[in-house]
Amino acid sequence: MTAPKEWPLWEVFIRGQHGMSHRHVGSLHAVDAEHAIRNARDVYTRRNEGVSIWVVEAAQITASNPSKKGPLYDPAKDKVYRHPTFYDIPEEVGKM
Amino acid sequence: MYAQMIKSEATKEDPEMLAAFQARIDAGEKIEPKDWMPEGYRKTLIRQIGQHAHSEIVGQLPEGNWITRAPTLERKANLLAKVQDEAGHGLYLYCAAETLGVSRDELTEMLLDGRMKYSSIFNYPTLTWADMGAVGWLVDGAAIMNQVPLQRTSYGPYARAMVRICKEESFHQRQGFHVMMAMVKGTKDQKRMAQDALNRFWYPALMMFGPSDKDSVHSAQNMAWKIKMNTNDELRQKFVDETVPQAEYLGLTVPDDTLNWNEETGHYNFAEPDWSEFFDVVKGNGPCNTDRINTRQKAWDAGKWVREAMVAHAEKKRARDSRSVRP
Ligand SMILES: [Fe+2]
Ligand SMILES: [Fe+2]
Ligand SMILES: [Fe+2]
Repeated sequence: MTAPKEWPLWEVFIRGQHGMSHRHVGSLHAVDAEHAIRNARDVYTRRNEGVSIWVVEAAQITASNPSKKGPLYDPAKDKVYRHPTFYDIPEEVGKM
Repeated sequence: MYAQMIKSEATKEDPEMLAAFQARIDAGEKIEPKDWMPEGYRKTLIRQIGQHAHSEIVGQLPEGNWITRAPTLERKANLLAKVQDEAGHGLYLYCAAETLGVSRDELTEMLLDGRMKYSSIFNYPTLTWADMGAVGWLVDGAAIMNQVPLQRTSYGPYARAMVRICKEESFHQRQGFHVMMAMVKGTKDQKRMAQDALNRFWYPALMMFGPSDKDSVHSAQNMAWKIKMNTNDELRQKFVDETVPQAEYLGLTVPDDTLNWNEETGHYNFAEPDWSEFFDVVKGNGPCNTDRINTRQKAWDAGKWVREAMVAHAEKKRARDSRSVRP
């Protein structure tokens, strides 16, 4: 009963409208990139949800490790001076 | 519901890890595939999302039954689009389940050999065209009741799949109600068919929410994990409260002599379905259980050579392409 090989998994990214970035919408199985694009069209854009599709084989994606969240992102937390609100500018200067 | 009677798996992890995990859920954080999670949470979710996915896939069969016999080209196009959406729902959900470490083929095999279930509702036959109205109106209506709160479930990939699904469900219910509206405005026979469809689907639709689970230990754990968002009775009551006025609008009679409006509670009193019938259907003895699984088995077996040929073709193409790069 077991099929010899399962089709690889692809992650699907869609640009919703012109001028927007592609956004991850989900995944699907397909034998190659062309097949993945065709399937993505049927599975993820049945109602005009996109103007462009990217597919990436899931195995090709390198993800950050969730348990390293601390060391990875904490250093950014105490650098409040990276935000505009850190700098008080007197009102008489006007809009800045 | 689409996922009925999901038992939660016992978990024997370090109490500190469990407490930290529960705190994340209580704080409304989403759990993502690579995050630490209790084994029980993972296994329960595979069971629930898998059952939900199988329901979408098997759920295509009762409606697929009428596509070639739809009364007009427009109804045919509507129904085809609706059934195609259900295939999509199955695919979104299978992918969500796969992020928990189960493969697509394993899921399919568990459906076919009975280790995994699908909703009891799809074991009832669709005998007339009016059933296409009743299914969209009642079955998708009941599904919406349970899927809308699941958009807030704690597991990220499941919640995101539910968001996509909910966007599409409203069309399903409305096209069903639209079919019912046409039937009740039609000939006497058509109205009789509409009433007959409601008579046959009312109690099976109420069963979709599963038996009362007020005191169930499993529900308590699943609710704490935000895998289950409401009790079965809450959702069933909500469904009855919304559906009865719609039946009145259609001029149809809900097949329940005890049905009445309760001023005090602000809800309808209604009769429970026959739970022995429900357990019997879940055990495999409904009118269509055998037929549904046989149909899926046939599709799986008949599609085998296609799945294999696609892989072989892709491999051949890859080999040809890599040869042409090197001189
Ligand atoms: Fe669906
Ligand atoms: Fe459905
Ligand atoms: Fe639906």
